Parts: sequence; structure tokens; C-alpha cells
Amino acid sequence: MATLQLREALRRAMNEEMRRDERVFLMGEEVAYYDGAYKVSQGMLKEFGDKRIIDTPIAENGFVGLGVGAAMAGLRPIIEVMTWNFSLVAYDQIINGAAKVFQMTGGEYSVPMVIRGPNGAAENLGSQHSQALESIFAHFPGLHVVSTCDPADSYGLLKTAIRDPNPVIFMESELMYGYKGEVPDEEYLIPFGKAKIVREGTDVTLVSWNKQILNCERAADELKKEGISAQVLDLRTIRPLDEQALFDAIGKTHRMVVVQEGFPFAGVGAEIVARVTEGAFDALDAPILRITNRDINQPYATNLEQLVMPSVRRIVEAARAVVNR
Amino acid sequence: MADKVEVPEVEITKEQLLGWYRQMVRIRRVEELAAKAYTLRKIKGFCHLYIGQEAIAVGSHAAVDAKDDLISAYRIHGQVLARGGTAREVMAELFGKQAGITKGIGGSMHMASKKLHFWGGYGIVGGHVPLGLGSAFAHRYNESGQISLTFFGDGAAQQGAVYESLHMAQLWKLPAVFFCENNYYAMGTSLDRQSYLTDMSRRGDGVGMTRWQFNAFDVVDVYKNVKAAADYARSGKGPVILEGVTYRYRGHSMSDPAKYRAEGELEEKKQKSDGIELAADRLRDDFGVSDADLAKIKVEIDEEAQDAYDFADNAPEPDEDALYDYVYAPAEVE
Ligand SMILES: Cc1ncc(C[n+]2csc(CCOP(=O)(O)OP(=O)(O)O)c2C)c(N)n1
Ligand SMILES: [Mg+2]
Repeated sequence: MATLQLREALRRAMNEEMRRDERVFLMGEEVAYYDGAYKVSQGMLKEFGDKRIIDTPIAENGFVGLGVGAAMAGLRPIIEVMTWNFSLVAYDQIINGAAKVFQMTGGEYSVPMVIRGPNGAAENLGSQHSQALESIFAHFPGLHVVSTCDPADSYGLLKTAIRDPNPVIFMESELMYGYKGEVPDEEYLIPFGKAKIVREGTDVTLVSWNKQILNCERAADELKKEGISAQVLDLRTIRPLDEQALFDAIGKTHRMVVVQEGFPFAGVGAEIVARVTEGAFDALDAPILRITNRDINQPYATNLEQLVMPSVRRIVEAARAVVNR
Repeated sequence: MADKVEVPEVEITKEQLLGWYRQMVRIRRVEELAAKAYTLRKIKGFCHLYIGQEAIAVGSHAAVDAKDDLISAYRIHGQVLARGGTAREVMAELFGKQAGITKGIGGSMHMASKKLHFWGGYGIVGGHVPLGLGSAFAHRYNESGQISLTFFGDGAAQQGAVYESLHMAQLWKLPAVFFCENNYYAMGTSLDRQSYLTDMSRRGDGVGMTRWQFNAFDVVDVYKNVKAAADYARSGKGPVILEGVTYRYRGHSMSDPAKYRAEGELEEKKQKSDGIELAADRLRDDFGVSDADLAKIKVEIDEEAQDAYDFADNAPEPDEDALYDYVYAPAEVE
């Protein structure tokens, strides 16, 4: 076991896959000579050269589209977006291109590509740089959506993403790139659509993913002091969604709180509530509550930002409410 | 080929140049204090300093009307100050305080003021350029006689949105000036590594737009060139794309150590083409301003900047009850 930062775990996955498969290349802004805006691709230019580690101009619509085309031609692009906020410049290429090509061409062309980068708020980055965009990609059939920041999970899931024959939206976290975790030394892949119980509990399940898992764990600590046993379920992949894990959890704890960054309206949390309500209604002892970003674009000032984001306090209050305490 | 228009020589008065000098010193000093506050974590998030490029904001703002509309990207503290924003309201915004120019909501990248006809700072590279186009469209529509002036970087010039905007502006001969601030870097990527053409004004060629490149270190040169471009656009002849060659002294943002520069590059620029020093030279040589007078301005600005810092440091945080006030506009805003 080695202790790796998130950025190191991601890098290890990319390095291994690039050694294994000549068709894999990494392209994006500042990925090569600058070693990555967040140093995820540090040293990769040195090992693989500028044929395979490629700096681009600031032209997301163009280079994400290039990735779609290169994937259709049989290459295995990893396209880094400096943050997911900027992928919106390329939304057309992802939605009207990547997500649709395989079906639209009657299965003639597939798009085995990964688009990856940090998602969600960091701190004080304001309205345009703080968005969590899982839901607007998960909406579309044809895309897989992974969102995680645990180093070991990120390693295994990124390897799966690179080998997957379909376009994968891979969401990391700016604040968590330095976050450390144990990563097994041997090579492994983690399949999509498998949630992970981070902590067992019996009274309520806190469902989340990516860095909000940490808030859920802190909330579980708080709840424990009050005699409430909270289970924490990390979805890891948003699409495919591990429905069975959700049903199992509600079957066990009968109460659930979903914690997500991003806005509540038509968010991933709403989808989870719908699925659990439709599929396991009888197991529910209380309505499922959602803790999300408040329904407002991110303000800059620290006090306002903290009001807007999910917090341990808000999660604890929601958990108390569903267990009636 | 759509070439440069003639850039007439202009008479600059001592008062004008002193004012510009003062503004440039002010921008630099306010930002130096902002950098200090950043290292103390009183300012957080991204903080992109304009130091080195002051002549562009100051010369450009002097060359257009108070009612022309200006828009820029995220490197805007200097733009706001040059447009008439106070050191206090800029600093308070950086500190995330209620007294900030956008009430602590916008932050470093998104300062705006309708009163100043400053449409603001925008964080998606290139994304604001179509807004500048829209402003020019509205000026034509309203027959206002005003123009829009849109700043963007050498990196932003690669975005499709910029090309589309240039083309429509030219197609419809809109009263717009597009100003590419070419500071040689887009984050850690030098111009020649991210652009095949390095004369960014040539982005105008493909759409047939009047265009030219000039050295934008000397505030008087900036004034002359922007004035010529603005007069042309205002006269109804069509838009102009200008490229001002400049240089940024600091890293891309406060978190960038800027290790990618060629050795000696920064020192050379500072020595040979510092906007503040060039203006000081002119003031001494052409107008006989004494070193003591120049030093006095610096002291006054130091006081103003320090006052802004203290003001921002002690100002109250944004009003939490107003959190939802700006999600939807309540009624037609005049
Ligand atoms: C669409 C988009 N892609 C990437 C970024 C990240 N980014 C912010 S500034 C910048 C460089 C822009 O360079 P330039 O346009 O030359 O402006 P300068 O910073 O030199 O003022 C990049 C890549 C962004 N904000 N938006
Ligand atoms: Mg630049």
C-alpha cells in the first residue's frame, strides 16, 4: 500500500494506461509543459513526449470535439478540461457529439474517450468557477458520469474509464487534489455502477459522492454523539447509478438524506429520490431529504459562500429531521 | 485588405499626463496591497493582477466617452480603477465585503458598475466577447452614438466565440472596438506555443476588419491608438480590432509562481518598457515635472491605497439576508 494524493493516484492510472495502450493520449490546457494546472499530469510530458501529452490553445469547443473525432477514428483520448465550468464551451460537442454518435450511426462509430477535470466549488471562486455539473451530463443517455475524490477509487475508476468503449465524464475535485489515501500497489480496476459503503449505520443513510462524502462522515461523527447511527454511501458513479445499493440502504436504515453539490432543481439528488421512492417505497419511514447548494449562483464572499454550500450542520439537521429527533 | 486607419498625433497636456501617471501608480499600488492581503489570506480565491499592463486601461479609458460601454475578462482590478472605480470599492470587493463594488458577490473576477458603463469582468475565457458585440448592436439599434470597447487576452483570441463576434461585428458594421491585450502569456503558455499567428490583430483579416497592432507600454501611445479606433467605429465605418503589445509582471494569478519565463525577460521589460516609468520620463522631459513632484504623487497614492486596505479590512461582511436578492431581477431595471 502506498499513500497517494488524489492527483498522484490519477496520474498513476493515466501513466499505466498510456504504457499499456499506445492509442491513449492526454490533451488539454497546460497539461504538458506546465505539468498540469493542478499538477495532475506532472512528469507525463517527460515520459511520453509531446506527441502524446499535448498542450492546447484555449479552445474547448475545438479540442473536446477533436477528442470525439479522434475517438471515432480509434484513438483513446483523455481530454482534460481545466475545470468542468469550462466544458460548457464544449457542451455541444459532448452532448450532440460524444453522447449520440454510437446510437445515431447505428453502432458504426463509437466514442471511447474520457473527459476529465475538477468539478464543484473550491473557495471564493465566484459564480462562474464554482459549479457542480454532474446532473447536466448524467441527463443524457450515452454518457457515463463518474464523480469521486478518494485516491484509491479514483485510480481504479479512471482506469476503467480509459478502457471503456464509451464517452466518460470524469469529475475530480480541485480542493481535493492534495487529499491523501491508501492505494494498493497492485493494479486493479473498479467497475462503474458500484457504490461503496464508507461507513455502516442503522438509523439513516447519507448518500453522496466526491468531496461531500467528507462532510457526510463528519456529520456521522456528530450524529453518533447524539446516539444516531448514520451510514454513509458513496455512489462514485452517477451514471450508471447503483440502484441496488440505494434499495439495500433504504431497506436497512429506512431513512435517507442525499447530499450533493450543485443546485436542487433537477439535480442528481432529485433522481435518487425518485428512484428510491419508485423502487422501494415500502421501505421508507420518512421522506428523503436533500441537502444541496442553495438555489442561487455562487457568491464570492466567504460568509455567503458558506451559507450556500452543503455543510455538516445542514446534514446533521436533515438527518435528525428524518429520524424524528 | 482592411488595414490600419491613420493614427493622428495628439497634443497631450501636462495635466492629462499627470492624471494618467497618477492612475497608473494607483492601480499598481492598490494591487500591490491586494497581493499582500492575499498572502495574509484576507483575499482568497483567484486574484489576477494587472501590474505591468496599467497603460492599457488608463490610456484606453481616457480615449473613450464616459457613456461608451466597456467589458473585459477577469484581470480587471486595473480596468475598474481606470474607469473611475474607487480604491475603496475595489479593495472592499476583493476582501469580499458589502461595501465592494459588486457587494462582495462578484469578487475579484466579476466587478461591474452600470454607473461607470463598465459591464464587468467575466471568468470564462472569451465568453464575454459576444456580450461586447451585443453592446455594440444595442448602440447601433438605439442610435446612441456610443461604442463598445471589449478587452480580451491573447489566449482568449483562440476561442470560437471571439471569431464569431468579430465576424458579426464586421458583417453588420457595428460600432465596436475589440482590444486584444497581448501580454505574451495565457497562464503558463507563451504566445508562440498557443498561437500560429503571433500578431493577434490579424484575427481581423479573415473577416475583413480594420486592424492593427501597436506597442502599448506608453500610455500616450495607447491613448492615440484607441482614440483613432474609437473615432473610426463611432463614425459608422465599422468595427476595429486593435492589438496592444504588453507584458504582465506577475504570475497568471496569485497562485502561479511563473517559472516559465525566459531568463531576464521580466527584468528587461521592467527596465525598458514600464508604463509608469515611461510616463515619468515624459513628464520630466516634456513638461519639466520634478522628481519631487512625482514622489509626492506616489506618497499620496500610498495613503489612498492604505486607506482602502484599512477600510476593506474593517468593513462589514455582505448582508446575509440579501442572499437571494439578485437571483432574479425584481422588475424592469432602468
Ligand atoms: C473557457 C475557459 N477555459 C480555461 C480557463 C482557465 N483560464 C483562465 S485565464 C486563462 C488564460 C487566459 O489568457 P489570456 O486570454 O491571454 O489572458 P491573460 O490572463 O493573459 O490576461 C485560462 C486558460 C477559463 N477561465 N475559461
Ligand atoms: Mg495573455
